[in-house]
Amino acid sequence: MSKSIDKITSTAVPVHLENVDTDQIIPARFLKATTRDGFGDNLFRDWRYNSDGTPKKDFVLNNPIYSGKILVAGKNFGCGSSREHAAWAIKDAGFDVVVSSFFADIFSNNALNNFLLPVTVSEEFLQKLFTAIEKDPKTIIAVDLAAQTITLGGRSETFGINNYKKTCLLNGYDDIDYLLSIRSDIEEFERSH
Amino acid sequence: MPKTLFEKIWDRHVIKTIDGGPSVLYIDKHLIHEVTSPQAFKGLEKRGIEVFRPKQIVATADHNVPTIDQHLPIKEELSRIQVQALVDNTKKHHIDLYGLGHPYQGIVHVIGPELGITQPGMTIVCGDSHTSTHGAFGAIAFGIGTSEVEMVMATQCLLQSKPKLMRINVEGTLNKGVISKDIILYIIAHISASGATGYFVEYAGSAIRSLSMEGRMTICNMSIEMGARGGMIAPDQTTFDYMKGREFAPKGAEWDKKLAEWKQLYSDENATFDKEITIDAANIEPMITYGTNPGMGVSVAGNIPSTADPKSLDYMGLTAGAAIKGKKVDYVFIGSCTNSRIEDLRLVASFVKGKKKAAGVEVWVVPGSKQVEQQAIKEGIDKVFEAAGFNLRQPGCSACLGMNEDKIPAGKYCISTSNRNFEGRQGPNARTLLASPLTAAVAAITGEVADIREFI
Repeated sequence: MSKSIDKITSTAVPVHLENVDTDQIIPARFLKATTRDGFGDNLFRDWRYNSDGTPKKDFVLNNPIYSGKILVAGKNFGCGSSREHAAWAIKDAGFDVVVSSFFADIFSNNALNNFLLPVTVSEEFLQKLFTAIEKDPKTIIAVDLAAQTITLGGRSETFGINNYKKTCLLNGYDDIDYLLSIRSDIEEFERSH
Repeated sequence: MPKTLFEKIWDRHVIKTIDGGPSVLYIDKHLIHEVTSPQAFKGLEKRGIEVFRPKQIVATADHNVPTIDQHLPIKEELSRIQVQALVDNTKKHHIDLYGLGHPYQGIVHVIGPELGITQPGMTIVCGDSHTSTHGAFGAIAFGIGTSEVEMVMATQCLLQSKPKLMRINVEGTLNKGVISKDIILYIIAHISASGATGYFVEYAGSAIRSLSMEGRMTICNMSIEMGARGGMIAPDQTTFDYMKGREFAPKGAEWDKKLAEWKQLYSDENATFDKEITIDAANIEPMITYGTNPGMGVSVAGNIPSTADPKSLDYMGLTAGAAIKGKKVDYVFIGSCTNSRIEDLRLVASFVKGKKKAAGVEVWVVPGSKQVEQQAIKEGIDKVFEAAGFNLRQPGCSACLGMNEDKIPAGKYCISTSNRNFEGRQGPNARTLLASPLTAAVAAITGEVADIREFI
C-alpha cells in the first residue's frame, strides 16, 4: 500500500452506476482472508465475472480501452456494509482515487485510512466526467490534494477534506500514530470518566 | 443550552478536538467478530503494541460460522482458519470470547443487548455497519472499518467528526399487522437509501415509545440502510425493565446510581436538530421491498412503482407497475441482527402454530444467539416450527449475507427478515424481498407474498 498521496494525473475508469454498495465491490464470500492483500482480483466480482469465472464482456473493468488510477462512479458510492475490504480491493486493483458526487460515510473513512482518496464533486461535474471519459477513454484527469482541486480539460472544481486528514494523506501519517502520541491524555480522561 | 440526546453522550466522550479536524472520541465498549478483526490484530503486532483495554472488548464468532453441526470442526477451510484466528487472537490479548459452543455465542448485535453489555449513555463500536442496533438503548453506537478496529484496540479512541443530527418522529397508533420492521422499511422507502447520509438519527414519537426493546433494536439496526451513521432512542422505563438483572448490567447500589444517570438521557425540549421529519403511524402498512436497495419498498398491497429502476427490476425479474402480492417465493429466511430475537421467533410461532409450510418452499429460522435458541426450545417454539416443516438452525448471521454455506440459489426468490436486498447479498444472483417476521411467516405458509392483515 503506497503511503502518502499528493498529485494524481491519470486516465479513469467509469462505473456509471448509482448506489454501488460494498457487497458489489467485494461480495461477502471473499471476506474470509485474514490479511489485507489480494482483494483486487475479486473487485466487482459478480459484475465482472460469470459464475464459471469467465469475464463478462460488457463490464467496464473488462473493457481494455479503459484504464487508470482513478475510478469514477455514480452517487452514494460505497453504501451498505462497513467492510474495509471494499477499500482494500479498490486500492489493490491499482486505484488511488475514487470520484463520485456522494460517498457513504463509513466507506469514506475506510478509503482515507487506506490512502485511497475519495473526491466528492458536484453532480454536474460528475456527469461531465462520465461524458468525457466515455467519449474518449484517453481523457486525462488531474487530482491535486494540496490544492484540493480536480481538473478535466480546462475545468476545475475544488473538493472538501478536513485539514487533519489532508495532512495525514500528504505526509503518510495514520490516525493510530496520532492517537498513540496522545495516550497520556487518554489515560487522564479515563481517570475521571 | 438545551442539548440533544446525542450531544449529551458525545460531549461526555470527547477528549479533545483537533483544530479544523475531527474529535478524539473515547469508546466504552468494542465488540469484535471473526471477519473484520484479524487484520487489526496483525496491524497491532506489526506496530509491536498491545491491546490497550482488553476488558472493554467482547468477541463472538457469528458472520462466518455454520448454522448446523456447530459442535463439529468447520468444514470449509478458510472459514475454519478465520474463526480459529479469533480464538487465538482473543486468547493472546486476554479478550473475552463467546465463541462457537459457548452458551453466550450469537450475532454480535443480539448478544450485546441480551447480556446487558449494551447500556444507555455508552459509546459502542464494532466492525460491522449494523452496530447502530445498540442505539436502541440510548447509546452512540456505530459501525467502523478494520483500520478503526485497530485504532480502538490500540487506544480505546477514534477520530470522529461530529455528524449532523436528524430526528424522525413517528406519531400515533400502528395499524393491525404493522410491526417495527414495517416502520423502518417505510421510513427508508420515504427518505431513500442515502437520505440520512451524514446524519445521526434519533427516533422519537408515541409509536416508537410504544415499542418493545426488540422492536426498537430493529428500527435502529436499519439506520445504516438510509445512510445514517447511527440511530438512537432515548432510554425509558421499557429500557430499564429490559436491562435489569441481565448478566453484565449494573447491580445493587451501582444500578441505582446508573439509573439516575440514564434518566437524564433525552433530548431537551428546545434542543435543535439539523433536520426533523414527522410520520403518521396510521399511514404505515406492512412493507416489502421489490428492488436491490432497502429504499425500494412498497406496501404489500401496493404496486411496484412505474418509475422503479429498470436495472434493479431486471435483476429481480419483476415488472414495473405490477402488484407485488401473489409473487411466488422459494425461500423464507427468518434471522439476522434485524429480526432473530426471541420476540421475533415468538411472533412467527404464534402465527404458524398448527399450520404447515407451503409445498416447495424452504424455510430457515436462524436464532440470533444460543440464549434465543435455548429460550425457544424451553417455550416449545422449536416443536411448532418442526411441525410446520421449518428448519430451525443454530445461531449466526447465516443467509443474511451468505458468507457461510447458507446461500439462496441463483434466480430464486427469498422473503427475508434481514436488512439488505443488494444484488448477490444472499448468494450470487439470489433475489431478496425484505419484510417483517409476520410477512415472512405468512409467505412461508402461503408460498407467496401475502398481506398479513387478511390472516389475523
